[in-house]
Amino acid sequence: MRAYTPKNDVQKKSYYTDRYWVAPQVAKSKVEDDAVFAADLKAIEDAKFKVLDSYIQVEQMVVYINPEDNVGVLEVLKNECGYTQLSELSAIDWIADRGGFEVFYQMLSMSKRKRLRVKCFIKEDQAIESVEKLFRSADWAEREMFDMFGIKVNNHPFLKRILMPDDWEGHPLRKTYPLQGDEFAAWYEVDKIFGKEARDIIGPEIRDTARVDRYDTERFARLGHEIPKGSEFDPDKEKTPLAYQEDEGVFLIEGFDEDKSQIVSDRKR
Amino acid sequence: MAQHQVNYMQDGGLPVALTSIDKVVNWGRSNSLWALTYGLACCGIEMMASGASRYDFDRFGTIFRASPRQADIMIVAGTLTKKHAEFIKRLYDQMTEPKWVVSMGSCANTGGMFNTYATVQGVDRVIPVDLYLPGCAPRPESLQYAVMLLQKKIRSEKGIKSQKPKRLM
Repeated sequence: MRAYTPKNDVQKKSYYTDRYWVAPQVAKSKVEDDAVFAADLKAIEDAKFKVLDSYIQVEQMVVYINPEDNVGVLEVLKNECGYTQLSELSAIDWIADRGGFEVFYQMLSMSKRKRLRVKCFIKEDQAIESVEKLFRSADWAEREMFDMFGIKVNNHPFLKRILMPDDWEGHPLRKTYPLQGDEFAAWYEVDKIFGKEARDIIGPEIRDTARVDRYDTERFARLGHEIPKGSEFDPDKEKTPLAYQEDEGVFLIEGFDEDKSQIVSDRKR
Repeated sequence: MAQHQVNYMQDGGLPVALTSIDKVVNWGRSNSLWALTYGLACCGIEMMASGASRYDFDRFGTIFRASPRQADIMIVAGTLTKKHAEFIKRLYDQMTEPKWVVSMGSCANTGGMFNTYATVQGVDRVIPVDLYLPGCAPRPESLQYAVMLLQKKIRSEKGIKSQKPKRLM
């Protein structure tokens, strides 16, 4: 059983004083501890590529290289070390801290049963070379990286947005992009379909998710309180029965009587 | 006058019913609501269940059509993204008058839990909606109840006189 700690003053101090929570790092170990990874790292260094940093974390080797070496290093890993799959490729936004992005390539070797991550750091406006010639899976992944972060990829066969519309402005996965969208995003569909002059007519987006106006009969329906759209809602009035037919009946259709109807309680009937 | 014993005014006398044109037209319209298959997300699964054998939408005369030109009612079932907004408008415009729209589920009503940059906060920002169906996702019974309420609404409309086309603006 867990040791008892008094919880009277638990609200008096906050858990985190930092503005942003920084995740603690998982323990790292040296590359020499694993013979397979040590051989892979040696193959990269033998091919005259500069390795800035390397360590093993969660049984995966992480290798930091220069961004201009990315195609060469991945070629060595694919052809000489048996890392035949590029399972993931994307970037991490470090613009506020370090003024650029960290691009990572997650590699998998089926024969060695090892995973390896190649990382490189690029400046905010710096382009990176495409690895699509080596791995076909990089095609869409690089398009997504361009779409979400705005990182230009040189020599990509078809670099255009993949998730957002072609005429979208901004790159949504950057830390500076607001979750609920900027001015352009807020009016995107109105501007595109009706034109900018329709903004006043249609109005801004309602972003309060908890906003429920039970007296608003324009936007909300209430089961059991059916009243026509736009009419006044009287809360004191009795609940209306579940009537989907008019009182005088419907032409050519037998009238529905709630009392005569049978409610089936046995689901397996 | 003929002296036969048939009472014209009674059921079973002769198949004659006296009514107004409005009622006949609305009877036809409300009981053959062909719906456009518009499953955008998980609400679409509930919409498919409504059409399948257990809940059986066919008995309401609601048959799903894959073409907007053959559809009377658009059931917007699911999350509408901003990328897709222009296409829902285009498909709505391709439907022939008279046409109705049911906004099915929280996402279609208000954007639902997707309070993000990429989701349209309610389809009524793009197309005019006749009936909002709450739920996440609504049960097939709810959808059928919604269609029955829509039928009631259609029956109260003018059948013949030229209807003012519904436009958002």
